[in-house]
Amino acid sequence: MQDNALELFEVFIRSKRGLDHKHVGSLHSEDHAQALEYARDVYTRRSEGVSIWVVKSADICASQEDDAENFFDPNDDKPYRHATYYDLPDAVNNM
Amino acid sequence: MSSEQNISLQEQQFMHKIKAEEKIEPKDWMPEKYRKNLIRQISQHAHSEVIGMQPEGNFLTRAPSLRRKAILLSKIQDEAGHGLYLYSAAETLGITREEMIEALQSGQAKYASIFNYPALTWGDMGAIGWLVDGAAIVNQVSLQRTSYGPYSRGMIRICKEESFHQRQGYDIMLSLVNGTPAQKAMAQDSLNRFYWPALMMFGPHDSESAHSAKSMEWKIKRETNDDLRQKFIDQTASQIEFLGLEHPDKELKWNEERGHYDSGEIDWEEFHNVIAGNGHCNRQRLEHHIKAHEEGAWVREALAAYNAKKQANKAEAA
Ligand SMILES: [Fe+2]
Ligand SMILES: [Fe+2]
Ligand SMILES: [Fe+2]
Repeated sequence: MQDNALELFEVFIRSKRGLDHKHVGSLHSEDHAQALEYARDVYTRRSEGVSIWVVKSADICASQEDDAENFFDPNDDKPYRHATYYDLPDAVNNM
Repeated sequence: MSSEQNISLQEQQFMHKIKAEEKIEPKDWMPEKYRKNLIRQISQHAHSEVIGMQPEGNFLTRAPSLRRKAILLSKIQDEAGHGLYLYSAAETLGITREEMIEALQSGQAKYASIFNYPALTWGDMGAIGWLVDGAAIVNQVSLQRTSYGPYSRGMIRICKEESFHQRQGYDIMLSLVNGTPAQKAMAQDSLNRFYWPALMMFGPHDSESAHSAKSMEWKIKRETNDDLRQKFIDQTASQIEFLGLEHPDKELKWNEERGHYDSGEIDWEEFHNVIAGNGHCNRQRLEHHIKAHEEGAWVREALAAYNAKKQANKAEAA
C-alpha cells in the first residue's frame, strides 16, 4: 500500500501564546509542509492551538521506559533538593 | 504601502499583544530594540547564574558535614541548569552561545555584581542562599510574567527550583545562631556583609535606572527596582528578627502609614565601583571562567572528533 511509504511525524501544539508546545499525536505525511497542513486539519479543528510543530518521529531520541529505574536512579536519593526537606518554624516558613 | 508604514503596522500589532498580556514568541515580529534589550537582560541573567557558582563552589571541600556538602553541590548544579535554561532562551532571539560567552569574557556583558564579593566563611554559604537567592527569587517571581514567552517559561521553571536554595541557606543560619557564641558571631558577620549587596541586586533607584522605562512599557520587567527591593526589605526584616541577629540597617523602621519598612540609604558609590569592575573579585571571577572554558576545550574537541568519525563510518557503510 502506498501509505506505508509516507513518513511518520509527531505533532506538538501550543494551545495559547505563552504556553509550551505539547505533544498531541502523530500522522503520516510526505514532507514537513504537508505534515503541518494535515496536523492543522486533524488536530486543530476546534481552535485547539495557535502554533504547531511537526517533527519526524525518526528524529526523536527517547529514553527507554524499561531502563527508567537505572536512568533516573541518581536523582532518587536526594530529598534535600526539595524545599519541603527543610523544616522551618512557622514564623519564617513562607520562603 | 511603504516599508516604513509596514513596520509601524507591525509595531502596532506587537504593542497590541503586549497590552493584551499576550506573550511574544520567537518567530513573532518584534522591534529591534525589544530584541536587543531582551538579549542584554537574559544573557546577563544567564551569566549571573554561571558566575554565581564560583563563591559557593569554593566551599564544597570545606562544608562542615557530608550532608551540607551534598546539599551545596545540589544547589550549585541547579545554578548551572539555570544558566542553561537562560542561555537557551536568549538563543531563540538569534544570538549564539559563543557570542554571549565572548561578551562575558571580554567584559562587555555584565553579571550580577553580588558575585564580586568574596565568600569568606561557612556563614556566607548561609547568607548567600538566604539573602542572595532570596533577592533573586523576588525578582524572578516577578519575571514569570515577562512578555517574552521563552524567558517567562524559563523563569517559571527556575522559580520552582529556587525555594530550596533559600531554605537551605536559612537552615544554615539557624544552625549557626543556635550554636556556640563564635558560630552566632559568624552568622552576624555574614549577614552584615551580604545584606547591603543583596539590596543592591535590585539595581539603581527607579529615577536613575537607564533601561527601566522602556522595559516596563514592553513588559520585559513587570515591577520597578524600588518596588521589588521594598518587597525584599519587608520580608527579610522578620527573618532577621527570628534569627535573633542584629539588623544591619540601623535606620530600618516600620512605617504604619505606608505599610512598609522605611530603610537607610544604600552606599551607591560602592555599587557603581563594583559595577565598574573594582569589586573584590571581578578579575578573579572572569579569569576563572576563562580558565575553565579553555581547560574544557579538549572535551569539545573530542566530541567533534567523535562526531566526524561516526559520520565517516556511516558514509563508508552507505
Ligand atoms: Fe539560580
Ligand atoms: Fe539559586
Ligand atoms: Fe538566579
